[in-house]
Amino acid sequence: MSRALAALLLLLPGAAVAQQDSMPSLTGKPGDPARGRAIVANRTVGLCLLCHGAPIPEERFQGNLAPSLAGAGSRATPDQLRLRVADAARLNPDTIMPPYYRVDGLTRVARSFQGKTILTAEQIEDVVAYLASLKD
Amino acid sequence: MTGLRLAAVLLAVFAASFALAQGDPRRSGYREMGPALQKMQDDDAANPAMLFVQAGAAAWAEKAAAGKSCADCHGDATASMKGVAARYPAFSAEAGKPIDLEGRINLCRTTHQQAEALAPESDGLLALSAYVALQSRGQPIAPPDDARLSNLRAEGAELYKRRQGQLNLSCANCHDDHAGRKLAGATIPQGHPTGYPIYRLEWQALGSLKRRLRNCVIGMRAEPWSYDAADYLALESFLMQRAKGMAMDAPGVRP
Repeated sequence: MSRALAALLLLLPGAAVAQQDSMPSLTGKPGDPARGRAIVANRTVGLCLLCHGAPIPEERFQGNLAPSLAGAGSRATPDQLRLRVADAARLNPDTIMPPYYRVDGLTRVARSFQGKTILTAEQIEDVVAYLASLKD
Repeated sequence: MTGLRLAAVLLAVFAASFALAQGDPRRSGYREMGPALQKMQDDDAANPAMLFVQAGAAAWAEKAAAGKSCADCHGDATASMKGVAARYPAFSAEAGKPIDLEGRINLCRTTHQQAEALAPESDGLLALSAYVALQSRGQPIAPPDDARLSNLRAEGAELYKRRQGQLNLSCANCHDDHAGRKLAGATIPQGHPTGYPIYRLEWQALGSLKRRLRNCVIGMRAEPWSYDAADYLALESFLMQRAKGMAMDAPGVRP
């Protein structure tokens, strides 16, 4: 009995961490990796290549402020990738990764972007599907 | 003996200054550029900003409404304006507040020349700024040791670190923490205002530090401040303090 309780106590913090480390689907429908690739490649929609490199050889001038997206699908599950795209600050408050699916806690957002997320829920799912397909 | 002592002192001074030069991690935007752009800036016949300098030199001698030109009070700018741009923003007793170089030019116009203030980013204001800034080429940035600027600098330092906009970025995120890295194809500079006003190839025009700051603010998807906002002055004051001692290279060419 006390052993079971101890096991439960040990499990609980782990369970809480696991929950914080990932985010369930925003739409309940799988995204489209081809559309996701186009979003990642687009410098005014996804903006990803400003900071990240990615295996998108036709796009020159990829940034190197952040880790390459190559192999992202081998390093993290889709639910983990989703959290990192949607709101990476929940894992690391000092991250420079913009919060792609958050509107609160931001300062002086330009009028044309106020109340809007960087990507829509559907776009996030497409990007997650693309990233999950990037296996080493 | 004294000769030996002198040699020892000289050696110590040399070593100290050498260490200082070696240890200064600051790099100007000029140093981050490729040799082709550096050459364009260095060659007065190729630097597009020099066209504005010529216009500025003409404006310097032009008599305004009150019958006075800049030269009537300040004389030969190559002597009287040497090092001046390297000291702004500064506290103006006349205005009762800190002002930047453009503010100083417009204050002269409105009070001493009874002329209209020149609009922000107008050719006229950029030309005069470029002409005055050129006279500080090679001079070390020398922010005034003036307590009346302390609050403004502190405010600028705070702004520099504050995250803004939909992308939730601060100036420091890029220009302190990731300077030298590539944002898409561009090397992120440390953000030292050594060359303003600059001829920016992306603009195909001359522009002020305010315009450059505005570009970054828009890039963060934050609401840009209006050109007369005190926020720019605070950032300018902080950045000049941060670049203290670095050599001016205005008017610069930047990608």
